Amino acid sequence: MGTRDCQHICAESSPAIGEAGKTGEWRDSFPVIDPEKCVVARQNKPACFLCWLYCPDAVITKTVPIQIDMEYCKGCGICAQICPAHAISMIREQ
Amino acid sequence: MKTTAVNLTEKEYALPGNRTCPGCALSLAYRHILKALEGQAIVTVPPSCLTVLHGMYPITSVTVPCVNTPFASAAASATGLLAGLKALGREGPTVVAVAGDGGTYDIGIQALSAAAERQTDFLYICYDNEGYMNTGNQRSGSTPLGAISGTTPVLGKQQNPKDIVAIMEAHGIPYVATANASYPLDLYEKVKKARAIRGTRFIHVFSPCPPGWSFPFNNTISIGKLAVEIGWVILYEVEDGVFRLTSASESIAKQGNLKPLREYLGQQGRFRNITEEQIEALQRWVNARWKRCLDRAGN
Repeated sequence: MGTRDCQHICAESSPAIGEAGKTGEWRDSFPVIDPEKCVVARQNKPACFLCWLYCPDAVITKTVPIQIDMEYCKGCGICAQICPAHAISMIREQ
Repeated sequence: MKTTAVNLTEKEYALPGNRTCPGCALSLAYRHILKALEGQAIVTVPPSCLTVLHGMYPITSVTVPCVNTPFASAAASATGLLAGLKALGREGPTVVAVAGDGGTYDIGIQALSAAAERQTDFLYICYDNEGYMNTGNQRSGSTPLGAISGTTPVLGKQQNPKDIVAIMEAHGIPYVATANASYPLDLYEKVKKARAIRGTRFIHVFSPCPPGWSFPFNNTISIGKLAVEIGWVILYEVEDGVFRLTSASESIAKQGNLKPLREYLGQQGRFRNITEEQIEALQRWVNARWKRCLDRAGN
């Protein structure tokens, strides 16, 4: 059983990243961003961010340049399909 | 100011590394629902894929307080949470019940109807993946005609789904809306609007399910968008009885025509045994509902 800050025993869960373990291990292919095509990387300022908006697992950062957390990316490929500049491609895991 | 991907808040309330399938539309929708609530919510969840997302003891992947309730009682537990907040004199957090289509259309409808009749001050969100996807894809009141499911394995379902949004609207509640996980900004705006309204609010969120509907994980967004383009999902809101088409449905209504249903059905494995008669029946069902909405919108 967990404990609260007041040391009372309780059946309460605490929030944490990676509840299901390293979900990156589920992937069969991984996304790669081409900085030559990505609008954010090319303009070097906040723009577009559609991959961040549509990522179901919130593993894409809203930063310049965009980064993907490979530890937890499940490899669904939505970012590659949604990218208007076709800057993301899915590469098969070895 | 209009919300865009660039100015939408960066803060995440649903954390990475959760238990949902790759390409899960619920996971995407829930991310934006919690963003719109700014974490100022108490969520009550009956058994559903969302319980899976929330995770197993002692860890949860969501940073807002959540209560897991029995299947039939999402709205009843929301009523209880509100009474508790009132007794404690706390007014800040919004009480939100989030249930799947099974927990809304079938098992949870009497508690929901009763809570709406009492005008309980809470937000009810039904995410609709058209079946009991968490327990093995059994048919629900929302599964479409002709779709293969765990309990309709050969011929597919023989009945049309029911219109839960119309049922909820008939309760005379102040806000009813439909949304789609493929239009996250529209969903965000609707949840934000619903949050500010007092009384029972109901939002229906269409969430495509890659394993349940048998389509590739990366097609979640395109299937959801196609569902709007063919008129399967109509994005609208009814605020104090005033009907308004929103987002993509509004622009489709202006441009005129819906795409044919066949394109949508062909992309999903669950419709592999659908007959010509069933396709025609579905098309009639879609057309009739679209016409009703156009008439109400005054187009």
